[in-house]
Amino acid sequence: MAMESTPAGAATAIELRVAARTEVADGVVTLTLQHPRGKRLPDWAPGAHVDLTLPCGLTRQYSLCGNRWDAYTYRVGVLREADSRGGSAFIHDELTEGARVALGGPRNNFALVPSPRYVFIAGGIGITPLLPMIAQAEMVGADWRLLYGGRCRASMAFLDELHAYGDKVTVAPQDEDGLLDLSAWLPAPRQDTKVYCCGPGPLLDAVERRCADWPAGLLRTERFLAKDQTPVRSEAFEVELRRSGVSLTVPPDQSVLQAMNTAGVHVLSSCRQGLCGTCETTVLAGEPDHRDSILDDEERAHGDCLFPCVSRSCTDRLVLDL
Amino acid sequence: MTSTLPNRQLPSTDVDPFSPEVLEDPLPMQAALREAGPVVRLSRYGIYAMARYEQVHAALTDWQSFQSAAGVGLSNFRYEQPWRPPSLLLEADPPHHDAPRAVLSKILGPRALRTLRADWFADAEQLVDQVLAEHEFDAATQLAESFPLRVFPDAVGLPRQGRENLLPYGDFLFNAFGPANDLVERGRPHVAELSAWVDEQCRRANLEATGFGAAIWAAADRGDITHEQAPLVVRSLLSAGVDTTVHGLAAVLYAFATHPEQWQRLRREPGLARVAFDEAVRWQSPVQTFFRTATTDVDLAGTRIAEGEKVLMFLGAANRDPRAWHDPDVFDLSRDPSGHVGFGMGIHQCVGQHVARLEAEALLTALAHRVEHLELAQQPRRHHNNTLRAWHSLPLRVHRAP
Repeated sequence: MAMESTPAGAATAIELRVAARTEVADGVVTLTLQHPRGKRLPDWAPGAHVDLTLPCGLTRQYSLCGNRWDAYTYRVGVLREADSRGGSAFIHDELTEGARVALGGPRNNFALVPSPRYVFIAGGIGITPLLPMIAQAEMVGADWRLLYGGRCRASMAFLDELHAYGDKVTVAPQDEDGLLDLSAWLPAPRQDTKVYCCGPGPLLDAVERRCADWPAGLLRTERFLAKDQTPVRSEAFEVELRRSGVSLTVPPDQSVLQAMNTAGVHVLSSCRQGLCGTCETTVLAGEPDHRDSILDDEERAHGDCLFPCVSRSCTDRLVLDL
Repeated sequence: MTSTLPNRQLPSTDVDPFSPEVLEDPLPMQAALREAGPVVRLSRYGIYAMARYEQVHAALTDWQSFQSAAGVGLSNFRYEQPWRPPSLLLEADPPHHDAPRAVLSKILGPRALRTLRADWFADAEQLVDQVLAEHEFDAATQLAESFPLRVFPDAVGLPRQGRENLLPYGDFLFNAFGPANDLVERGRPHVAELSAWVDEQCRRANLEATGFGAAIWAAADRGDITHEQAPLVVRSLLSAGVDTTVHGLAAVLYAFATHPEQWQRLRREPGLARVAFDEAVRWQSPVQTFFRTATTDVDLAGTRIAEGEKVLMFLGAANRDPRAWHDPDVFDLSRDPSGHVGFGMGIHQCVGQHVARLEAEALLTALAHRVEHLELAQQPRRHHNNTLRAWHSLPLRVHRAP
């Protein structure tokens, strides 16, 4: 216990426990995630997502849709994808309460920026990042409305929570109301109105077409691209510290930072949650498994640096400029 | 003072952490507070204090329970009018804190600073060559002040004129987090003028087209923050970006002047410059204290802190807590200072820490290449500030490397 607050002891990569798994609509479950020992989870803001590495080895991204005033719990909503590549099927069919998942992030490419007015447009499971945004818009007293579409009412998650917002929320199941009436919801752009949209590709395409001539920054969307990333490894990997001439093995239960410390190579760090950026280290060879909250997609793709307090390796071997 | 303390044994003391005696040497008081308990009542101000690493770290990271928007000084903004519009970063809570923080984190992030690195290293060499023309000099003014004042305002994009206002403005700001004592009163006659100058520099028209300031305004154009927020975010750079680094640099120079074997180690291993700076920040803690305000009744280490109560966190004491650090009073490059709270911790952790480290790395690297040995030429003098562990003078004698 005392060790955990001891500054020199680096944290291991964070693993979360599935504290609850709840069916909330047809084909949608929510997972409640907590630290196995009840510790605080890394801070996040609306629009953030996490990478979850499932026991089957797949890594998938999910928007956080809980309440960040509860620092001990994450909630994500997971749709069973019709053409699932395994991640959502695994969560629906096999993941049980008590199971462990590894955490990357949270990262935020879809931050809620300050505005007096918001229009939120959600399609299906795209409602998840918008839920905490709506809560926040309500909290700061912004003028907001939500248009929420889905295949049919039974497939649309969180209707009970949204009901509390009254007529600020328009629920438009396709089998009752047809396609979303974007022309009514997105008339001419207004500087005082930010539009946030998340949902399936065709909805995002339609919204982007509709807003193509708008000034930049008024429409903000999030699109989860199914990326064929190298699967992360749960086994140990080698790290070579080229300048120090040291090679070491990072076992699954240690962070790179911790393994380096054990080997007597100290890298300055601070938050040890992949947030502050202090331990940034140059990667000379190998492919990092980024689990920080700092790099954007482009920076991750470069693969030229990593944050050893949380990030790991996709390849057998990483070579660092240390 | 009524409170809902369940714990009648809560230790209490009438010590004044802002008295001249304590500001001159805070270490004995810090040790006494740490020993007294995890939470201590400061009867003179009717507030709670924590001086142990575990509690300070917990309060810094738990923004849900310990808010900043009621002010991070003694003054409680719920009841008292702040002396200037509150900071959008330091004196704000989520959700309002999110956007300004996200914008500034990116602008001051390590990746964004790469473009400054070569220039700042060259600037440091030039300054050090100039200063080393003498064997004895005041490192507080000629290095610790000169270097940040040379590189940082340029990086922000400030005009040359009026930069002499930056240090006194920061000095007043950091004094104003404490009680309205002599230090605050002495600064008060100048504050309107200093504030007016600072506010004026935050306007877009007064900032260079490239630089941190312009980048903040560009973020407003993208809608990531509002145009009303932009000048206040620029103000944060001018408020927190100068005095803190000045006294951090002075701290590391003082550390080396008094630990010659550590200087030899840095000369052998110049790659330790960043570690050295953070170890000095831990050891001296240029920012000594910040306050938080309880958002709800919080039970902390057996003490009930009632909603709305002020809590004083002794960062400097936490950084020397023997419960967390081995031989905490020793300045030692062998130590891993990671995890110190000299830059704070959590969502409000110093957004400029990478800037400070780069400045330190540049200055120390230039010195390590040129100076074989440095020592105190005279007894250095402290500068008293309610928040900062600061220096008035740091007279050094140096022996140049052959």
